[in-house]
Amino acid sequence: MASFLQQVVSGLASGGIYGSLALALVLIHRATGVINFAQGEMATFSTYILWTLTANHGWPYWPALAFTLAISFAGGVGVHQLVVRPVERGSLLRVVIVTIGLLLMLNGLVNRIWGGSQHSLYSPFPTRTIDVAGVAVSIQDIGTIGVSIGVVIVLWLFFQFTKVGLALRAAATNPAEARLIGVRVPWMLGLGWGLAAMLGAIAGALAAPSLASLDPNLMQATLIYAFAAAVLGGIDSPAGAVVGGLLLGVGLNLLGVYVDFIGAELRLPAALAVILVVLLVRPSGLFGKTVVKRV
Amino acid sequence: MSPLLELVRVEARYGPVQALRGISLDVNEGEVVAILGANGAGKTTTLRAVSGTVRRSGTIRLAGKTLRGGPERAARAGIAHVPEGRGTFAELTVEENLRLGAYVRRGSIKADVDRVADWFPWLIERGNQPAGTLSGGEQQMLAVARALMSRPRLLMLDEPSLGLAPLIVREIFRIVRELNERDGLTVLVVEQDARIALDSAHRAYVLEVGEVKITGTSAELRGNESVRQSYLGY
Repeated sequence: MASFLQQVVSGLASGGIYGSLALALVLIHRATGVINFAQGEMATFSTYILWTLTANHGWPYWPALAFTLAISFAGGVGVHQLVVRPVERGSLLRVVIVTIGLLLMLNGLVNRIWGGSQHSLYSPFPTRTIDVAGVAVSIQDIGTIGVSIGVVIVLWLFFQFTKVGLALRAAATNPAEARLIGVRVPWMLGLGWGLAAMLGAIAGALAAPSLASLDPNLMQATLIYAFAAAVLGGIDSPAGAVVGGLLLGVGLNLLGVYVDFIGAELRLPAALAVILVVLLVRPSGLFGKTVVKRV
Repeated sequence: MSPLLELVRVEARYGPVQALRGISLDVNEGEVVAILGANGAGKTTTLRAVSGTVRRSGTIRLAGKTLRGGPERAARAGIAHVPEGRGTFAELTVEENLRLGAYVRRGSIKADVDRVADWFPWLIERGNQPAGTLSGGEQQMLAVARALMSRPRLLMLDEPSLGLAPLIVREIFRIVRELNERDGLTVLVVEQDARIALDSAHRAYVLEVGEVKITGTSAELRGNESVRQSYLGY
């Protein structure tokens, strides 16, 4: 039983990371209606910046993290302004292709700047375990879960209670009307991309110490899990993305441990199976709303 | 004193179609002015030209200052444009819609919410309901209420009667008239239903194929033979 609970907690920890990246996907999907295939690589890039600052330039962790988040935000806004906006009009396919191109470009860039070798990223949470109700849980797992949930709460407060958050939602759901009430829609969409890039950076900073070591492919599998989490929770539902991430993390972890034939190798295909099944059975996901419009 | 809103030879086109062929009109502070005309006469386009949602040429001034740029800037200049089809945010709640109305303003919105509650008490009671679940008439009133939240210098209403029952249309025009009389709100309203529009407006312009055909006070227009035949139907 104790080991089962341990597996659940460690599943929640990886699920929190999937959820954070899924949240970034949902944010951009709601703001601009596209799936950002480069989300994972953007996160990897951010994580390398964090690593460079802490490991090579001797920055203390927290200032380095704050700086990385700021750069990631600016990078997200920049990607939207320079790469996405020029192709935003017309077919969605154009944007999708551009984000795939961006994925390849960023991956190449990371390899070019930092090389392909593996590094370990410092984590503010120690790996030693503590005893919670008879279950040995690593502080790192608890920290990861806490950060993921904290991020969701902060974002929820932002969207629910701030003027800018509300304007961003207005711009995303109905850009033409939003302009009529004075909302500068392109700025809002840029803000959405910036926030998503920040979320990705957080996911990367959590992932590099716990899920894998830092290498150019850090977020590739995580992006697939994030897709699965977003689809499971409902691609338009921020809460769904996080719940989807946690469910997926726990589910895959338990499957990997208790179902012999899945093991570690078939985790990724299992995530793809989740995407397929959800799309077939309940395309709007667990929390997605089927849009009903009054005519 | 110069008029609050002034259009001088304004033209606009949708691709090859010229929708406005040099419209000149003005709206004075504290006036309700109606724009009448058949479908395709350019009524909606006139409002869209003012708020900058259509490319236009010519001159548009608000309180003597030339308006340039898109709808964001018109909104910041104090123009609240309630478009055809209400333009509420269906997925957001009534309360969120109202908060968004005050987006261009700084400072507390408490006084404005109270004012809206004065006019539309039921809106506040249903604050948590998604706007999309309101009836058509309620959405139209929400759209007006949201426009009030911005404390506009000029309220522009596009076909508020569209698709609504006559009783509700009368209610909406009654509120508009009272807002004008009590608070001095300046209103430019586009309306197909000439009768109800002339009952509420001080003056009106009749458009035909993108030009001002007739203009005058509501009483003058009611007495005008061709207006009576074409738009009032008696």
